[in-house]
Amino acid sequence: MTNTFSYHVSESGFYGEFGGAFIPEMLYANVEEIRTKYLDIISEPAFQEEFNHLLRDYVGRPSPLYRAETLSRKYGANIYLKREDLNHTGAHKINNTIGQILLAKRLGKKRIIAETGAGQHGVATATVCALMGLECIVYMGAVDIVRQAPNVARMQMLGASVVPAESGSKTLKDATNEAIRDWINNAETTHYIIGSAIGPHPYPDMVTRFQAIVSEEIQWQLKEKTGKDHPDYVIACVGGGSNAAGAFYHFLHDDRVRLILAEAAGKGIDSGHSAATSILGTKGIIHGCMTLLMQTSDGQIVEPYSLSAGLDYPGIGPMHAHLIKSGRASVYAATDDEAMMAVIELSRSEGIIPALETAHALAILDKMTFKKDENVVISLSGRGDKDLNTYIKYLEDHQIPL
Amino acid sequence: MKSIRQTIKDKGANVLNVYFTAGHPTLESTPDIISLLAKCGADLIELGMPYSDPLADGPTIQKSSETALRNGQTTRHLFEQVRSARKQCSIPVILMGYYNQMLQYGIPEFLQEAHAAGIQGLIIPDMPMDVYERDYKKLFENNEIEISFLITPMTSEERIHQADRLSSAFVYIVSQSSITGKQGGISEKQIEYFQKIKNMKLASPSLIGFGIHDKESRSIANEYSQGAIVGSAFIRALDGKGELAEKVSNFMEQL
Ligand SMILES: Cc1ncc(COP(=O)(O)O)c(C=O)c1O
Repeated sequence: MTNTFSYHVSESGFYGEFGGAFIPEMLYANVEEIRTKYLDIISEPAFQEEFNHLLRDYVGRPSPLYRAETLSRKYGANIYLKREDLNHTGAHKINNTIGQILLAKRLGKKRIIAETGAGQHGVATATVCALMGLECIVYMGAVDIVRQAPNVARMQMLGASVVPAESGSKTLKDATNEAIRDWINNAETTHYIIGSAIGPHPYPDMVTRFQAIVSEEIQWQLKEKTGKDHPDYVIACVGGGSNAAGAFYHFLHDDRVRLILAEAAGKGIDSGHSAATSILGTKGIIHGCMTLLMQTSDGQIVEPYSLSAGLDYPGIGPMHAHLIKSGRASVYAATDDEAMMAVIELSRSEGIIPALETAHALAILDKMTFKKDENVVISLSGRGDKDLNTYIKYLEDHQIPL
Repeated sequence: MKSIRQTIKDKGANVLNVYFTAGHPTLESTPDIISLLAKCGADLIELGMPYSDPLADGPTIQKSSETALRNGQTTRHLFEQVRSARKQCSIPVILMGYYNQMLQYGIPEFLQEAHAAGIQGLIIPDMPMDVYERDYKKLFENNEIEISFLITPMTSEERIHQADRLSSAFVYIVSQSSITGKQGGISEKQIEYFQKIKNMKLASPSLIGFGIHDKESRSIANEYSQGAIVGSAFIRALDGKGELAEKVSNFMEQL
């Protein structure tokens, strides 16, 4: 059942032709320090103990695996929701920030920086910094500061400084640029907590390992519920790809499990307003790694668009680029409208208001067909509190009664 | 035309390498700025290829890149601009760009066209030295394109030697761990670092850049290496009021 082919990162930091560390010399020492130490640090018993303790007692893990009755009936299969929305701070992002803050402490760093799109990673970073008493600076696109205002307030409440990124499209890509520039300027004191499975090696692998708890739990939870330790499908939305990486990790080499990614089509894949990176993207370098990204023929990175602030990233994590190119994972894209319909449906049928990012994973169910008795696990990556303003405005604009 | 390495060797000291972004402030100005700089005493030109996501650059170069891209600047324009400048002067030209821009053009094609346009060297801050040595060194040599690698205060001695060995133009000493465009004075810690590099007696010539913006910082660069690289300060001067020729000559005089 297991592939001989590996989907894990290679010694040199690559997933097939994707990955690597294409960084200016100013970042080399920092990235190299993490690269040479992260595996040893993560595998220390004391680290593992602290990590697991915090995941359990602070984050509230394991997150439930919930069989959604209405959805199961509708799609004629067993639809399970992996409830990352129930984690402390409301999304999967905290799994990674707990891991990285423990690493940062062991590296002796005093100052933490992060980028954020939807604000969920920013909140998760501000939270662990408050917990550990470390200074926290979060870069966030000026546009996202407006559309995710509740999360800005949460970060400030937690004692973090939120710095607007005013360059480019003023969204996630630009916030990431600003965070990297800060890191160059403060290389010795600062650890950069990247929020997705992107960036130079070893970040994609490190983030994936911290998120892998999600698929580890799915294995035993599903076994308890169905007697089988693997689902037939795992479905996750993908911005940079951290929740997908975590939900896939323990199934990467299990051919029985189909891996499905949901990308943000924005206003439509061919509309010129999209963030369907793997479909519209070509091979190139973004934020220090070789991957698929949206760019012009001249190699300029294109501004993506999605109503959701957490999915409008012009690249995709290198592991996912490899999974897609090798045919191991399949990609579907959902538009803003389709995602919004999925938000309304889950809210009304299951009593769960999902994050707008997450809704893309729910929206693609309509594009798929399942056999009876198949087990489908959807990564319910986050909750929709932060998106309420966007939702209410959308409903008003489209004259959908509340 | 003389190579970059030979140009630095012949002058021996006080080399001045001036950076600006191609296509800024206008597409047409680029060839003129090159020849004006040559006339006013620059020894080398470093021509920035404007990029949508210049990670290592501060606000000044970011803004000039945005302007250039808005003006429609492309890699093809850049080759044309250098070709056009070559009718007026023979000063060595080095392109500084991000790896992705060259990858998308195709590295072999890029090198051939760069050479044909009269470009002598490249600086690609995010191209790893190992990748260069493994995949491109021969190709660069065959196309007579020189390369420079960066070192910073955090670069290990082993990597400094690697940069020294692989740089066929000069070793680019980044004056501090920072993005481009810092304007403060030069600290004792920086001097110590410059002294350390000087004591290593590298085989390649070296130039100091990042934050070199006036006579004082330039003279320190001259003292500890073969010369200085000036970028953001010149772009700020170009952004000022007045005739292009005047702005260039005024800037060069006060340096
Ligand atoms: C709830 C939620 N899901 C998904 C994402 C997308 O990120 P990733 O692809 O790294 O999981 C975000 C990003 O902000 C998010 O907040």
